Amino acid sequence: MQIIEESTVYDAIIVGSGAGGGMATKVLADAGLKVAVVEAGPFFDPADPEQKTQLRWPYESERRGAGTRYRPFGDYDAAYGGWDIEGEPYTHVEGTKFNWFRSHMLGGRTNHWGRISLRFGPKDFKGKDRDGYGDNWPISYDDVKPYYDKVDKLIGVFGTNEGLPNDPDGFFLPPPKPRLHELFYINGAKKSGVPVYPSRMSMLTKRINNDRGVCFYCGQCARACQVYADFSAGTCLIFPAQKSRGQVDLFVNSVVREVTTDEEGRATGVSYISKDDRKEYKLKGKTVILAASACSSARILMNSKSKQHPNGLGNSSDVVGKYLHDSTGADRAAFIPDLMNRKVSYNEDGVGGMHIYSPWWGDNSKLDFPRGYHLEIWGGMGMPSYGTGFNVNDFNKFFGTKAGGYGDILRSDLKKYYGAVVGISARGESIARKDNYCEIDPNVVDEWGIPVLRFNYKWSDLERNQAKHAHDTFEEILTNMGGELMGDKPGKDRDYGLHTPGAIIHEVGTTRMGDDPKTSVTNKFNQLHDVDNVFVVDAGVFTSQADKNCTWTILALSWRASDYIVEQLKKQNI
Amino acid sequence: MDRRKSLKAIALGSVATGLAAHGCKPGEEKSEVVDVKTHEPAEWRTDYENKILSEIKAGEDFFNEHQRETMTVLCDLILPPSDEFKGASDADVVSFIDFMARDTESEKMQTDLKGGLMWLDHKCNTENGVVFKSATEAQQKAILDEIAYYNPKTPENERPFEVNFFSMVRNMTMSGFYTTKIGIEELGYKGNMPNVWNGVPQDVLDQHGVSYDPEWIAKCVDQSKRNITAEWDENGNLLT
Repeated sequence: MQIIEESTVYDAIIVGSGAGGGMATKVLADAGLKVAVVEAGPFFDPADPEQKTQLRWPYESERRGAGTRYRPFGDYDAAYGGWDIEGEPYTHVEGTKFNWFRSHMLGGRTNHWGRISLRFGPKDFKGKDRDGYGDNWPISYDDVKPYYDKVDKLIGVFGTNEGLPNDPDGFFLPPPKPRLHELFYINGAKKSGVPVYPSRMSMLTKRINNDRGVCFYCGQCARACQVYADFSAGTCLIFPAQKSRGQVDLFVNSVVREVTTDEEGRATGVSYISKDDRKEYKLKGKTVILAASACSSARILMNSKSKQHPNGLGNSSDVVGKYLHDSTGADRAAFIPDLMNRKVSYNEDGVGGMHIYSPWWGDNSKLDFPRGYHLEIWGGMGMPSYGTGFNVNDFNKFFGTKAGGYGDILRSDLKKYYGAVVGISARGESIARKDNYCEIDPNVVDEWGIPVLRFNYKWSDLERNQAKHAHDTFEEILTNMGGELMGDKPGKDRDYGLHTPGAIIHEVGTTRMGDDPKTSVTNKFNQLHDVDNVFVVDAGVFTSQADKNCTWTILALSWRASDYIVEQLKKQNI
Repeated sequence: MDRRKSLKAIALGSVATGLAAHGCKPGEEKSEVVDVKTHEPAEWRTDYENKILSEIKAGEDFFNEHQRETMTVLCDLILPPSDEFKGASDADVVSFIDFMARDTESEKMQTDLKGGLMWLDHKCNTENGVVFKSATEAQQKAILDEIAYYNPKTPENERPFEVNFFSMVRNMTMSGFYTTKIGIEELGYKGNMPNVWNGVPQDVLDQHGVSYDPEWIAKCVDQSKRNITAEWDENGNLLT
């Protein structure tokens, strides 16, 4: 079977359509360039009645919204994919764990993410200066700030300017008022001296333009919004790019195998496999911009071997795939007796997720772990779904009465305890380490014939100590709220409740940026040190994670890199 | 049932299912007995998901006729119909449990359901000389009174099988019922529709003894201005 070659030469071929790829597409198309976007999954538009899951009732799903292997976050979750995709395996070095979440569709994982949109602060770019761990970024907050500002205005994020030193102000839309259980949290956190602020999330509580609607408070952002009132890369970046002055050719169901190169070792384009006809195709481009997710972009680079790049493209440093790190995660919930017997007279769905949060408040110099975590709060009278009514009156144990039974008592117990559980999640920063990595498994290919990733990842005591601290915090705040803690407090034997690496879906660091080509993969403009016409605009370039979510920084850095690419193309430097 | 088995059932035409579902007596004259249940592809689902659902739905039911009848009695004891409330069978809870038993492919759930129903009949036969579904309500409740309660402080794996069996059926009945239209109406959930969130009503704040901090509320969205396009000054202060 021959490889089919397109004759068009694109200004840029963008691999992946999530936050990084979406932003690059928008910026390049706005500059009038001709771009190809190559996406491994299908087209997706949450406004299309044929694809919309928003506002569906649980009984419209045979499984009442229960998760499956192919929609692990529930039957109505917008993300196509999961931890374990049929025909597309990944493997592990023995004794290590990494859970890898992939969403192959237009917009990628931005279709279902939590929309928590936090800027990194000045300290987050200079971790090594702060505590000696990891490395500094080659750029500082001041380099990125103008782009954060532009992202705020283009995409929209609610929040408040609080003048915090490492949680910078921005251009915020006004936040929604707290819900009932959130008022309890505010009071509980205050008693412990933990600060609480309105959350910072990318839903439109106010109009920002005429292409997107305003939030109608269904709380279902994870299902992707039919009026485009939350940020997804498809609806907020790719669709507008298609209407701009450039040319955007969208190749969906197209799995990129490798970046192709010429005799000089410069990129000439990509080769991809069409899932529709299982044939291999080639696209030609002046530049290649990888945005397939940190691990997928590293995989493409490592699989792009040639005479000029025997260790894979951009990998003369042998750093591609190394320094993989995810956010840490830990959670605890409690039953709050004062939230019993709630009136169901009103709709408190609100935005999808929390209206309040606690940014990191601690002083790490006095703690046994170097980096912090923020707290996310959940609870409320949510829409019934699979799992509603399970162990309906277990909380009777807190009143010394027996649980279980049958008959109408179950109905009144359900109503008595409805909305009386509050949970807290910690999401923290881990240290980037060279010995946490993904590499090509020489023994396994996926169903497209592409060698797959093998992961090697272990937490250290720094992350375990952080999780232990987080659990102490949960206990204290939830108890302050008058809560009865649920479940056991995880001890050392369970890594203090630290989630499996990868589980928080903030994979970063596999193609990290730096000034030294021997110890980093890209320069400070996301450009490969080894090949000047290849860029990485996903979270692979993160020198370090912060106690923040990564999306807002992916967007800002992708915009910054895309401005640089446009400029370099205009100057004919690449 | 695993996917392979259900595929096999399709290949064989599922004649037995058709018979069972319609209660035809063997030898009875029938022309079109095979009523293969089909899945109407849900447009919001991927092709892959629709394919899997087609396989499950075309396959045999999990419960046989006797099991289904027993489950119907059991689930209606858990959520009984009355003048005030709808019952489990009004929400067709048994069909939901039947589907989940096949969809989750959990061998444990399947074995526990089958084994639990056998246990129930054995117990009822031993004590009353009749299977569970045919016993009087008083006899049925006498059995449930022995298995329906548990000490939540005892770990689940240390509770008797029959107690855990009943807990599972109770859980599935509750979820199956309260995720239907009638269940949601009974619960009183008011969401899943476009609205404008403007804070917790005062009577609810009063009931739970909390209040809004005026300083906090001053930062929150003024819903009367939500449709006015946002503009900021250079310092990020919202002007509109």
